[in-house]
Amino acid sequence: MFQVDVDYLKKAKKRKDHGKVVILVFLTLAGAVSLLPLIYLVCTAFKPPEELFLYPPTFFVKNPTIQNFKDLTAITANSAVPFTRYLFNTILITVCYIFCLVWLLTMTSYPLSKHKFPGKKGLMSLVTTSMMFIASAAGIPAYLIITSIGIDNTYLVYIIPALANTTCLFLMKQFLDTVPNDIFEAGKIDGASEWQLYQKIAIPLLKNAQATVIILTFGGIWGETGTSTTYIYKEQLRTLGFFMSTIGGGIARTGAGAASGLIMTLPSIIIFIINQSRVQDTMAHSGIK
Amino acid sequence: MSKKEEKKLKKAEANKPVAPKKRFFNVEKRLGYTLHEMWTHKMSYAMVAPFFIIFITFSLLPLLASLGLSFTYWNIFEDPVFNGLENYVYLFVDDALFLKAFTNTLTYAVIVGPVSYIASYFFAWFINQVPDKVRPIYVLAFYAPALTSGVAMAVVWAVMFSNDSTGYLNSLLLNLGLIYEPIQWLQDVNYIMPVVIIVALWSSLSTQFLSFVAGFRGVDRELYDAASVDGVTSRFQKLLYVDVPQTMPQLLFAAVITITGSFSVGGTIAGHPSPEDAALTIMLHLSDYSGTRFEVGYASAIAVVLSVMILGIGRVAFKVLGEKE
Repeated sequence: MFQVDVDYLKKAKKRKDHGKVVILVFLTLAGAVSLLPLIYLVCTAFKPPEELFLYPPTFFVKNPTIQNFKDLTAITANSAVPFTRYLFNTILITVCYIFCLVWLLTMTSYPLSKHKFPGKKGLMSLVTTSMMFIASAAGIPAYLIITSIGIDNTYLVYIIPALANTTCLFLMKQFLDTVPNDIFEAGKIDGASEWQLYQKIAIPLLKNAQATVIILTFGGIWGETGTSTTYIYKEQLRTLGFFMSTIGGGIARTGAGAASGLIMTLPSIIIFIINQSRVQDTMAHSGIK
Repeated sequence: MSKKEEKKLKKAEANKPVAPKKRFFNVEKRLGYTLHEMWTHKMSYAMVAPFFIIFITFSLLPLLASLGLSFTYWNIFEDPVFNGLENYVYLFVDDALFLKAFTNTLTYAVIVGPVSYIASYFFAWFINQVPDKVRPIYVLAFYAPALTSGVAMAVVWAVMFSNDSTGYLNSLLLNLGLIYEPIQWLQDVNYIMPVVIIVALWSSLSTQFLSFVAGFRGVDRELYDAASVDGVTSRFQKLLYVDVPQTMPQLLFAAVITITGSFSVGGTIAGHPSPEDAALTIMLHLSDYSGTRFEVGYASAIAVVLSVMILGIGRVAFKVLGEKE
């Protein structure tokens, strides 16, 4: 009798795994195809000149070399502003921006999702409307505002205007909406203050959303070139992305361009992996059950 | 006080819970109530204030300005001149290129929007069933095209769709004997839009996809157990009865992102300007006027028309997927 039960369980387990295996195989195949651009980027960065201009072109690298990176170092050594200054600027701007953005959006999304204050609906519809409004024609009015405030030609111009990220705010608010209100009600009954509710309940629940926001915004601010060109006149305050974009051109620099492309993409990938592994079952970890 | 009057008063009180005797007071009390409500929620205002100050200064004011500018002629160098609806009349009546841009954008949005939305959801759902340890690797694989944006992607696609026989696609088709001479993928007007759409689909798992991945992790595991007690057993049923309702906020967010993204498509693999403007989109048309010709008034009118389109479709998304209150 007992033996039969075990057999049945084994079979049931096998049946359950069946669908999972199909999904895994499918995902692995599709994922490999999806990874191609990234693999190509890595391969190209390590290709020697004769392989870069091979006819017909090849996908994978045959004789990997770090010549492209040496070329890149040679080019950067000749720049008026040291390479390290660009790197410092970019790291400073990225760290400040991401920190401020995550903090600001978390703090803003909580009342928008869980409080009932007069004018909340109006504010929310402002956010969603402006999300869907095409901003590119508004570039010139924005330029006039930023220059009249006087934050152009400072680090602040990279950070402050970009904090008005309505898309990410909407994302955070939507995540908090999935959390049942009862949790906060229970907290209130237990005598927690509004600030405590926010600190102890809302923030842990927004971990997934925060990680997603970091992934979504990192690439943009790390590779930032637009603000450098429009609002910055001092070369010392410009970013690494701007500098890299100035060396890409010309056939002679194809290899160096590929190397710089890899260098600019690598941090995004690292940040992605770190934050993606932080995306977990929020409900299971917050002790709600 | 007569009984009749008393009855009337009671009736009025029943109708309006906070009800005062006179209308005049009613207004005042309601205002007082709102002010009281605002005061009790002072914390909420303090928390949202920093964001909205930045938002109004750097986003809302420029948007409103561009809305106003759409009724003017402005070339940046001189002061804007009010010209009423002239920009809009020209846009709809005389601008033949706008029609082309409109058709291309619509074709693109109608194909890329829904396909990328549904694909994002299903891939996120599949990935949600992968063991925790390897999940980030799969997410990375599918998000890689979005990470390697810009230059890297352009290089890959240029090699893939190269016009001569060395392009991967051409050399593959030549070897298979399906074609006898290389196809001019990015020169032939008939192929440009399909190529643009295929490339866009390839790298379409981006923001929506990530929000879905994170959204699925937020689904309470206990709900699956509860559902299986109720007789929900298959994966697909669980998706339908547990995951979809639980990820509704992400579905709405992703819908808005997808609609906005696919309608405001700008630079594509086809480059700009493309042969015979075969890949001209509304966004590129807009940037021609704002950036190249410095006709900011007209560019703003294009932006307003495009925004109204997006807002209209976005409203439908809010109606279908939004919270029912």
